[in-house]
Amino acid sequence: MSIVIDEKTRVLVQGFTGRIGSFHAEEMIGYGTNVVGGVTPGRGGTTLFDRPVFDTVKDAVDATGADVSIVFVPPPFAADALMEAADAGLRSAVCITDGIPAQDMMTVKRYMRRYKAERRMQLIGPNCAGVISPGKALLGIMPGHIYIPGEVGIIGRSGTLGYEAASQLKAAGIGVSTSVGIGGDPINGSSFKDHLAAFEQDPDTRVVVMIGEIGGPQEAEAAAFAKQHMYKPVVGYIAGLTAPKGRTMGHAGAIVSTVGESAAEKVEILKGCGVTVVERPSEFGEVVGRILNRTV
Amino acid sequence: MDIHEYQAKSLLAEYGVPIPVGGLAYSPEQATYRATEIGGSSWVVKAQVHTGGRGKVGGIRMCSSEQEVWSAADDLFGTRLVTDQTGERGRGVFRLYIEQTVDIDREIYLGFVLDRSTERIMLVASAAGGMEIEQIIDEEPDSLIRVVIEPAVGLQAFQAREVAFALGLDRGVVAEASNLLLAAYLAFRDLDATMVEINPLVVTGDGRMLALDAKMAFDDNALFKHQKVSELRDKSQEDPREMRANDRGLSYVGLDGDIGCIINGAGLAMATMDMIKHSGGEPANFLDIGGGASPERVAKAFNLVRSDESVSAILVNIFAGINRCDWVAEGVVKAMHELDIQVPVIVRLSGTNVEEGRRILTESDVSLITAETLAEAAEKAVAAVNREDAA
Repeated sequence: MSIVIDEKTRVLVQGFTGRIGSFHAEEMIGYGTNVVGGVTPGRGGTTLFDRPVFDTVKDAVDATGADVSIVFVPPPFAADALMEAADAGLRSAVCITDGIPAQDMMTVKRYMRRYKAERRMQLIGPNCAGVISPGKALLGIMPGHIYIPGEVGIIGRSGTLGYEAASQLKAAGIGVSTSVGIGGDPINGSSFKDHLAAFEQDPDTRVVVMIGEIGGPQEAEAAAFAKQHMYKPVVGYIAGLTAPKGRTMGHAGAIVSTVGESAAEKVEILKGCGVTVVERPSEFGEVVGRILNRTV
Repeated sequence: MDIHEYQAKSLLAEYGVPIPVGGLAYSPEQATYRATEIGGSSWVVKAQVHTGGRGKVGGIRMCSSEQEVWSAADDLFGTRLVTDQTGERGRGVFRLYIEQTVDIDREIYLGFVLDRSTERIMLVASAAGGMEIEQIIDEEPDSLIRVVIEPAVGLQAFQAREVAFALGLDRGVVAEASNLLLAAYLAFRDLDATMVEINPLVVTGDGRMLALDAKMAFDDNALFKHQKVSELRDKSQEDPREMRANDRGLSYVGLDGDIGCIINGAGLAMATMDMIKHSGGEPANFLDIGGGASPERVAKAFNLVRSDESVSAILVNIFAGINRCDWVAEGVVKAMHELDIQVPVIVRLSGTNVEEGRRILTESDVSLITAETLAEAAEKAVAAVNREDAA
């Protein structure tokens, strides 16, 4: 098992024929992902990599039975593409696009609420590396070869820091059930908490690694959730110990603006909720290995 | 992106927020001319700098003659104001805003922010105006009024009225105050702001509402929608290195340490800086060179980092995902050849084509220290700095 995607998931690529979209679509197909088609308005009726291209997401869903999409649409048009995906009844959409205006994201999230919870799309991202269930499917831009299949779930904001953690796990012989990037924007789709809940239900995940950073309330909310609702051990890391207050550290969301948002404060909150904290970013493999051995 | 007070006031005024009469000056002569133009017998001369707290460091001068306006302006032009928000370099004063003085009856705090918990625009108001928001939260927490605004419909008149009544405003100004709140909200929403702060918002002796000071910040990701707002950017207020970096598609934040950092990805950059700290060193900067770490980008990054004189070692940590380590390695070697780098350079590569990348580094003729893991890279960088210090 895994969360979000597996080898059967029928994947649509929005922004399929663009430079970035087509590059990653080819990588995903190469990994074994079941990419069933793509959407580029105005290119309907053509094909790319032997997959059909559609003008609208609805047409694509009708013709292919796609249940998730990955979005590579440029920032000015990305919010619109996400609402189109939500309206077409997709189960999940992963948005890779970096640079979407915060108020556009507010509009997207408000729009998604018009659907009942049962048929409301799960949005992952934006500004994220996507999702991978190693050995099964890649719905993102991460290098597939740094992950081996296994029993550790990963949730992170940052792409390359997630790669660092995964490669430390691989070096220690530890595999991953699914790795989810939730993105570095201040207003994003699914949160750490949402994926912790999914990993708790996933029979093949034994430990969850949560890679957070400074800024925003989501790490603290997730830690509280873990304390109250999870049996599985959670390992956490917070990046940005050296970040000064009030300065944005690369991610629009990585800024300490209120109490409880600094790395030191978040680490204390995590510890208070029983999360095992990785003190140094070089110790993911070691700490996760120790916990896996303890909970056979 | 931040803008100046006078620019924020002018934008807000277009939406119907009342502001005092004022004018901009680039010289002491212009400042006195503005004072004459505005009329009256007393004026405020305000330094236009992108920082709060300028009043405490002499950036705001009360003047009761045109001669005093001239002297205040002459004194302020060309100086740098250092506040608790600016860092040591401070912000240069190149523009002054001259305003009529206002007879103040009451001061109120009004702000709009993007609230991350509710993922909504939130109005924040307090009867304890004039104080900074952090100070209000510390000292007068009960005075804070918060209103979360529903994005589908926006701020409603009843909500604005509730705030006006909760602030204890006189009945005579409630309607005017509500309109002002609605106007400021519309400016925030329409212009993709991330922050609007009117502090103080005042009730004058003759019962009018006026935005006495104003700050606005904008969502960089939304500037493409707002040409007029983008044109308000004032590069003189930005850190020159951060500005050069941003103009080249790199994300840079200068810090106080001595280990220069070149890293791809914001999260990995923060983690690497943390690792340096754990190893006993101090990072000189945050630098994310982004996804496509091409040789050109790596060279630009080297140029930027070495321009900081306090840097005594450079740590390169690249995790190649879409990139390939061999390309990054070529970029590092190229940069070392073309730029005269005098400090030790520590390189750690990981990810796609790492063997090939490491081979290029070891077989090249440039002097580099290589590391295989994050911990090793940080330790070697700290050791290199300590050697430099000892030498």
